[in-house]
Amino acid sequence: MAVTLFDSHRRFLQTIMCNGIMEGSKAKAVHRHCCEVYHTPYTDDSLDEFIDLINSYLQPLFMQIRKGMSEDDGLQYYTLVNMAETDITRMSSDYADNELELFRKTMDLIVDSENGTASSTDVLNCADSLQTKKMKKKETEQVLSRLVQDKWLNEKHGEYTLSTRCIMEMEQYIRNIYQDLVKSCAICHNIAFQSQMCCNPSCGIKIHIPCAARYYKGRVDPRCPACSKFWPHEIPAIRTSSQVSTLSPPVASAISTSQSRRMR
Amino acid sequence: MSQKRRLAGTQSSQSRVFMPNEVVMEEDEDVSFTQPSSSQLQRGLDRLTPAQVDRKVAEVVQFILIKDQKKVPIKRADIVKNVIKEYKNIYPEIIKRANMKFEKVFGFQLVEVDPKNHAYILVNKLEQNPRQPAVMSPGHPKTGLLFVILSVIFMKGGVVKEPVVWNTLKKLRVDQGEKHEEFGDVKKLVTEEFVRQRYLEYTRIPHTEPLEHEFRWGVRAEKEVDKMKMLEFVSQVHDQEPQTWTKQYKEAMAAKGGSSRS
Ligand SMILES: [Zn+2]
Ligand SMILES: [Zn+2]
Repeated sequence: MAVTLFDSHRRFLQTIMCNGIMEGSKAKAVHRHCCEVYHTPYTDDSLDEFIDLINSYLQPLFMQIRKGMSEDDGLQYYTLVNMAETDITRMSSDYADNELELFRKTMDLIVDSENGTASSTDVLNCADSLQTKKMKKKETEQVLSRLVQDKWLNEKHGEYTLSTRCIMEMEQYIRNIYQDLVKSCAICHNIAFQSQMCCNPSCGIKIHIPCAARYYKGRVDPRCPACSKFWPHEIPAIRTSSQVSTLSPPVASAISTSQSRRMR
Repeated sequence: MSQKRRLAGTQSSQSRVFMPNEVVMEEDEDVSFTQPSSSQLQRGLDRLTPAQVDRKVAEVVQFILIKDQKKVPIKRADIVKNVIKEYKNIYPEIIKRANMKFEKVFGFQLVEVDPKNHAYILVNKLEQNPRQPAVMSPGHPKTGLLFVILSVIFMKGGVVKEPVVWNTLKKLRVDQGEKHEEFGDVKKLVTEEFVRQRYLEYTRIPHTEPLEHEFRWGVRAEKEVDKMKMLEFVSQVHDQEPQTWTKQYKEAMAAKGGSSRS
């Protein structure tokens, strides 16, 4: 660790921690902002280097800023992960035992499903048979919405999926627990939940939806990259790169402008 | 590089900065804990490998970071019970090293806010941008609201009666009686959440009928918010020099002086 951390690094780290997870273009904007505020040399393409340096200081603390792809939009995200304790127990300060059991059951459903989702009906049914302490429907819904709020789960039209942050933080735990039940994406080799699956029963590889979109783009005769059988799924469209995210405007100055108008 | 912004003149008796080399925790309220003597500490350290100690320090850092997300003080008893465990005899050394990690890697400082019950908070030691007072999550709307309340208290001499705060917010179209789309229950946010997080103090004024309350800066605000920057900011809004506010200027200068000594 020859190079020391500057306040720009510390501020960047704090911002990631506050946000929980940060999309790549926002991370770039924050990187630039931090370097400007603390007068640290900045170049456009040095984000990974910048993060590597922070990581060299986080490593003895068993933490790391990790980059991963979202299964939803195919974009890169950054999050601070804890490597010493990559399992659900870390959530135990925020969730009661039966709430954690519900989360585990939801994860079971997601892993068992072909497309990486669990329907709210199925999750609610699980709540009836919790061993720790049964949960009423209303209570279950509240716990689920907390899990979504805390960015462990995503919800869309009554279907739950594992959030990007959850997958990035818990990948090792999930692989240990579910072993062969979870598969890696044939394209990017990361763990795959929301994905398309090869229909050839002796193959059955999975490809993330954004990875499939990129891989099959413009191919007239899409085939499985492993067994070369015809790929029967609809080829998803590539999501156009998200709206350029910038730092949210400083709210205080917005408020103070209205305040100054009043004061004068 | 990291500018220490300790506000010497304003350190309340309720709080103090944790100094690595001082022997802390003179009294022991939590029965499970006995302060180790320095020889006990040395013997304890001798029995462990450096890697074991480092590992424990890392666990404490992680534990405090997770607990701090709620921004409520973390009790020593909880740290001992959940993480330190059998390393109890070298507790001061572990906390000292954890604090060094917080400063060096995260720009935080571990501050004991409640010497009686031995509770800590993490305060942000990074120099803040006045236009973006990231005392909480950067860019968070609540930050703006808090900044307004803190500046009103500061400009009015350190303490204001409750209606002053509500009237100020009302002019910004934030009404304590209504559910705000961004802040939810405003009264609860200001009198409970900000208070719990130690940004504000909310106390009953004695001998008032009906009951009246007043607001002061909380310990966390004293540690994290740069008074000079706040004053400069207010001055800009009013198109004045900071020196116009003699008392506030003196107080902000004193705070600066305190930081250069640290
Ligand atoms: Zn993939
Ligand atoms: Zn195949």
